[in-house]
Amino acid sequence: MIKDITLGQYFPGESVIHRIDPRVKIILTLAYIVMLFVAKGPIGYGICLAALIYMIAVSKISLRIILRSMKPLLFIIVFTAILNMFYIPGRILVEFWILRITYEGIETAIYMALRIAMLISGTFVLLTYTTSPIMLTDGIEHLLNPLKKLKFPVHELAMMMTIALRFIPTLIEETDKIMSAQKARGADFESGNLINRARALVPILVPLFISAFRRADELAVAMECRCYRGSVGRTRLKVLKMQPLDYIAICVSLVLCVSIILSAVM
Amino acid sequence: MNSFISADSIKFEYKNIEGQTQLALDGLNIKIDKGEFVAVLGHNGSGKSTFAKHMNAILVPTEGKLTVKGMDTADDDLLYDIRQCVGMVFQNPDNQLVATVVEEDVAFAPENLGVPREEIRKRVDDALEAVGMTKYKLHATYKLSGGQKQRVAIGGIIAMRPECIVLDEPTAMLDPVGRKEVMKSIRMLNRDLGITIVLITHHMNEAAEADRVIVMSKGKVIMDAPPKEVFWRTEELYDAGLSVPQPVELLLLMRKDGAEIEEGVLTVEECAEALAKIIKSARK
Repeated sequence: MIKDITLGQYFPGESVIHRIDPRVKIILTLAYIVMLFVAKGPIGYGICLAALIYMIAVSKISLRIILRSMKPLLFIIVFTAILNMFYIPGRILVEFWILRITYEGIETAIYMALRIAMLISGTFVLLTYTTSPIMLTDGIEHLLNPLKKLKFPVHELAMMMTIALRFIPTLIEETDKIMSAQKARGADFESGNLINRARALVPILVPLFISAFRRADELAVAMECRCYRGSVGRTRLKVLKMQPLDYIAICVSLVLCVSIILSAVM
Repeated sequence: MNSFISADSIKFEYKNIEGQTQLALDGLNIKIDKGEFVAVLGHNGSGKSTFAKHMNAILVPTEGKLTVKGMDTADDDLLYDIRQCVGMVFQNPDNQLVATVVEEDVAFAPENLGVPREEIRKRVDDALEAVGMTKYKLHATYKLSGGQKQRVAIGGIIAMRPECIVLDEPTAMLDPVGRKEVMKSIRMLNRDLGITIVLITHHMNEAAEADRVIVMSKGKVIMDAPPKEVFWRTEELYDAGLSVPQPVELLLLMRKDGAEIEEGVLTVEECAEALAKIIKSARK
């Protein structure tokens, strides 16, 4: 049951989007998010939407997966849209009791819903779906490298992320085992109200935490045995290298950004 | 001449949860030569795991001295030289793997040692070849079986190019298939690559494969001899809370009943031969 939760949902592939350097992808995703908020009017949104549709098509990730990823946030999208619809002043379209819907309200609501939907699907396609967790941590480590001068523990942060990712499947498996063991002793996780169900989780969490700490201790010793001593004098098996493809991606994105800004200003 | 690993009457004390001082190692004297395959046997609490952790300076003796290639483990400046020389593999394969991908995990130790990138590539490929995991180079570590995970862990140690590997009950959490895979890798490392192996175990059959068996009890060495000799000293083994390999047990029972049996039989094949001999002589 718990195994159905796919964390860090990465869909392996060989597409152009998959092959772009993770550092470039992270920056382009940030640029994309900023652009979504800068964009105004049909031209700006049109460019964003076209870029998104192109990325989805090229990455070969099925539309169903993308729509499914938006499902948990559907409520927020609808809620924001409705709120905007009623609260934006302007030319009145319909009015009843204290509520009034304006033309401007509807327009803003549509743009707002579109913006959130594009924000979610865009970041998923560009980052999580097409970048392996290791590449992602590598990218973050490289991008944060300048912070090392400020004594920020960049390497340690990346190592923590790698280990966390490494242990997610292990701990999920362990949770499953503990749940089965507690069920075998008559524990009930499914019935009762919210408080009762939360209380039923305690006998799962306590052994899980204890075991996680034990694992952490053993892992630390194993790492010491393999001469781990932080980032000092450390080399890497894989080094990120910019390819022509990355430069092309940057150039294309730059052109799109400029046109979105221009369309918003004019 | 000095031995490769030499423990000179080492003692190790620790405080248990109630704050009482306990003696895990009580004047231990062990010498291990280069290229040997030594099994260390002992009951729970005999101090065998504590001794294992002394060999690469995870623990330092309270009293006495332990040297690796003449390097004192108590010397902090030599810490990484010692750890690079003596690698260590633990019981639970899940808790030793650092990375999510097989080859990245094997690369962890050489990365820590600051080995140049091309050299890391070569070491990783060699190490995976040595443990027969080349095919799984790009696989996710969590999808492997227990035996495969343990072989990756061994590969991760080999990539440091150690002269000795200490394995602390490496097969305790594995199924019979995984156990066989791991034992095969260990034998290969000893025979083909000349790596000194110290195998901590409580499996009699695994210990029987070593060149030499050291039996520990209450923090002391009580026996130190080739397996053929150790496993026929049954009284002493039972006293140390250990059992005897099944072939030996069977032949001993038969000897009790008057059958003429030579000592020194150890493996199932040797046992079968001995039994065949008895049957043949009975027919005459």
